[in-house]
Amino acid sequence: MLKFKTYLCPDTIEEALEHNKGRANVVLGGTGWLKMGDRSWNTAIDLKHLGLDQIEETDDAFRVGAMVTLRQLEIHPGLDTYTCGAMRESVRHIVGVQFRNCATVGGTLWGRYGFSDVLTCLMVLSADVVLAKGGAVPLTEFAAMKPDDDILTHLVIRKIPLRMAYASFRNTETDLPTLTAAVASVPGGLRAAIGARPARAERVEAEGETALLSAVSNLSYGSNTRGGGDYRRHLAGVLTRRCLEQLRGGEYE
Amino acid sequence: MILKLSLNGRPISADIPADQSLLDFLRAQGCYSVKRGCETSNCGLCTVWLDGAPVLSCNMPAVRAMGRSVTTLEGVRAQAEEFGGYLADQGGDQCGFCNPGLIMNVLAMERELTDPTEADIDEYLAGNLCRCTGFVSQKRAILAWLKRGDKE
Repeated sequence: MLKFKTYLCPDTIEEALEHNKGRANVVLGGTGWLKMGDRSWNTAIDLKHLGLDQIEETDDAFRVGAMVTLRQLEIHPGLDTYTCGAMRESVRHIVGVQFRNCATVGGTLWGRYGFSDVLTCLMVLSADVVLAKGGAVPLTEFAAMKPDDDILTHLVIRKIPLRMAYASFRNTETDLPTLTAAVASVPGGLRAAIGARPARAERVEAEGETALLSAVSNLSYGSNTRGGGDYRRHLAGVLTRRCLEQLRGGEYE
Repeated sequence: MILKLSLNGRPISADIPADQSLLDFLRAQGCYSVKRGCETSNCGLCTVWLDGAPVLSCNMPAVRAMGRSVTTLEGVRAQAEEFGGYLADQGGDQCGFCNPGLIMNVLAMERELTDPTEADIDEYLAGNLCRCTGFVSQKRAILAWLKRGDKE
């Protein structure tokens, strides 16, 4: 249950940062995961007055506010086209429409959750997160950082020439994934991101498919109730092949 | 703190604890159609509309609805009763506990999607769990409901 004593909606990011200095204070995302904990917070900081709930598309990039919901990501036509449907595919299995209308991009990324479909999908893009204090940080770097008292305000996806695909495996529909995979073909080679290992998503790059599959296999895989490490390693190869097959528009040989 | 919002078209002002969930607030306002199910944001029983979009009321602090419009089943009673008839006709209404959340999401889906396929319906309603029907009879009722205009 989510417990807090005071609720604030700052009008500026500076005000939000000031309140977020307190270790007993928390910035609210969609609160879906936050409420699963048993911690009592002093102050809940809601960013809803900061105009962070829009996806802006320019010729060069998508600028996604931290309060944009996963449902907005799912149905945005520009993102759908640019990611070859991968963004929608990565989000549509997450619980239900009602949940995705609540969960936010900022909350999802800030948590750096191992099981995150969204993080896996975004990792193969050329994406930065914008931190109020830290400025723009590559998403791959941000994913490895520890949470601090900064505030994530935007996700910026730079438009580079790209084709991509996304695949995940769940034991039961709408459950957390057993494994997630995204593959992108970019100038100079291929990128793959594998998440729910069960550790958070990690990206590997290679010039060709064989080298990419080898790099995916060499990632570390662990065990939990959803699957064993060896099983996940095998599954990672399968999902990566399926993504490569999609990129090639035909059967994988 | 004082929460002001529109509930089923009526302006409401109430003094609530800062961390009260929207689910608890709505039930305290007499909206008993809003059911407490899993409380882990998975089952869809507590579905209401926030500014017309379906959300999980167990998942949201009530203060986040400040100045916004909340609709529960009580606010769409006539449509809910009509769709409830389709559920009953198809045996999709057994214990009935999941019905309010399902109905709210079906009505939202009808507004949001144009000519949904069965796959679209499955995907949109994936967050509404039912432990009685196995979803088959519910699906028949939804398909019949969506085609009701064809007979008129």
